[in-house]
Amino acid sequence: MATRSKIDADLVKRGRTDPVAPEAIPAMQDYCQRLGDDALILGQRLSEWCGHAPALEVDLSLANLALDLIGQGTNFLGLAGDADKLAFHRDVLDWKNCWLVEQPNGDFAQTIARQLLFSTWQHMLYERLAASSDERIAAIAAKGVKEVAYHRELAADWTIRLGDGTEESARRMAEGLDWCWRFVPELFEVDEVLEGLIADGIAVDPRLFEGEYRSVIAAVLAEAKLAVPADQRAILGGRRGHHSEHLGHLLAVMQFLPRTYPDAQW
Amino acid sequence: MRRMYTTELSKNVKPIETAEEPELVAAFEARVAADEFIEPKDWMPDAYRKTLVRQISQHAHSEIVGMLPEGNWITRAPSLRRKAILLAKVQDEGGHGLYLYCAAETLGTSREEMVEALHSGKAKYSTIFNYPTLTWADIGAIGWLVDGAAIMNQVPLQRTSYGPYARAMVRVCKEESFHQRQGYEIMIALANGTPEQKRMAQDALNRWWWPSLMMFGPPDDNSPNTERSMRWRIKRETNDELRQKFVDITVPQADFLNLSVPDPEVKWNEAKGGYDFGEVDWEEFYAVVRGEGPVAKERMKARRDAWDNGAWVRDAAAAYEEKRRAKQAA
Repeated sequence: MATRSKIDADLVKRGRTDPVAPEAIPAMQDYCQRLGDDALILGQRLSEWCGHAPALEVDLSLANLALDLIGQGTNFLGLAGDADKLAFHRDVLDWKNCWLVEQPNGDFAQTIARQLLFSTWQHMLYERLAASSDERIAAIAAKGVKEVAYHRELAADWTIRLGDGTEESARRMAEGLDWCWRFVPELFEVDEVLEGLIADGIAVDPRLFEGEYRSVIAAVLAEAKLAVPADQRAILGGRRGHHSEHLGHLLAVMQFLPRTYPDAQW
Repeated sequence: MRRMYTTELSKNVKPIETAEEPELVAAFEARVAADEFIEPKDWMPDAYRKTLVRQISQHAHSEIVGMLPEGNWITRAPSLRRKAILLAKVQDEGGHGLYLYCAAETLGTSREEMVEALHSGKAKYSTIFNYPTLTWADIGAIGWLVDGAAIMNQVPLQRTSYGPYARAMVRVCKEESFHQRQGYEIMIALANGTPEQKRMAQDALNRWWWPSLMMFGPPDDNSPNTERSMRWRIKRETNDELRQKFVDITVPQADFLNLSVPDPEVKWNEAKGGYDFGEVDWEEFYAVVRGEGPVAKERMKARRDAWDNGAWVRDAAAAYEEKRRAKQAA
């Protein structure tokens, strides 16, 4: 696959040094969409809580998370192309987010389980991505890493509170984790697209921090007095457009206005 | 943000009490008349305290219930920018609810008591939130009209006599004008858009105009609390004065959008330097106050469900806190 550094090198030879737009390189565009789609879809999910959370303070926190994620999604999709066009005019097969983020909110415990598993991963990813050889990706990740540090803290705090709260909250937290656990392996999947970008220093190899991730999660669960769920066969496919049934419904809601009135400006 | 409390309904408030020591009342009224702030620890007449609790908690409830009609469109906002702005706005409303509950708590009423009063139907909130948001244009119309009306009501409250309330309103008002602008900006985009968008915009104005005028509360000759509230500087302008101000500012804004206000009686009156306008349907207003608004049941159900479904979370947080404290003490 034509990767960015190769194309850049060619351009330099020909006397041009401007960075190439990611949309000119399929792998880069794909990667930016993966990053953007993860953030946007989770932001959309969290925004469903607005006005309905268990307490006013929680409502405000979840909205903060959603706003950060929608912002990150907008930035990464903006690197991949026209962010609004990508957000509102792609069907399921062209979405590259992981399965975890599209999962329904469920109860508050399931939302927190999803957040813990995703934000812990996203934080480790963005920390490293801030050193990407692509400055634009690095800049978005550097800004995002501060936001995501707070998301991770919030999710870990609530995991501990719920796990070590009442019998009911511990049961619900364990069920939330059980729901989400099967989607963890996808976070560490490396396919052909990633391989090329990792080689160029553009993308981060998530396998490098899988061990750290698993021990951080295990430590949070230990403090929450919760068992680490048993691993099972990996569920993959999101990065190639193969998703759960939930994503189609999310998109139907999110995209309905721009799809119904394709000529309108809002 | 927004949201008003001017439902100001209770007609059963007693006249100024006589049981309280006249010197204290006189000193209190003199301070208020001199535009001093009354603070939580200061002596205050019981009726002043009750009126404030009612007004501030109604205002807080209005912020919280007011998250629902706009929240209805967060997941369907038509661009990433609109989505982020709307989410931030609705979040601000929650924040305003929080400041206001805190202000009311300084008067000795707990948040739980206030929330219970809302859920039992005993406490009121602004009638405006009992109308449905049907199209995206409603988000524009709410920002423009509802937040616009709220600003009219709230700006004078920055000088209201109760210190914590006045200070909460200063923070609220800062954010409110941004909300109104974003609403009007949505209306501009729609009014200059496709025929379908123009239709949405006009329809939204048709539906939100009268309920917005109702936000200022009943006419002055039927607003039993106004006189005393004005004297105590809980309120600083009458319902009808504020309503007139709102019409005078809003009609030219509708003209600018090429939209028509759904009131054939709207006409510039040179002599009074303001617009004449038709009579609000007060029967509808009182019905909505009684809880008979088109989506009143949905709004209350959404609030009760959020509260009831969140009970286990609040219990867990309390249980965890308890364990943590016990561990620290050990």
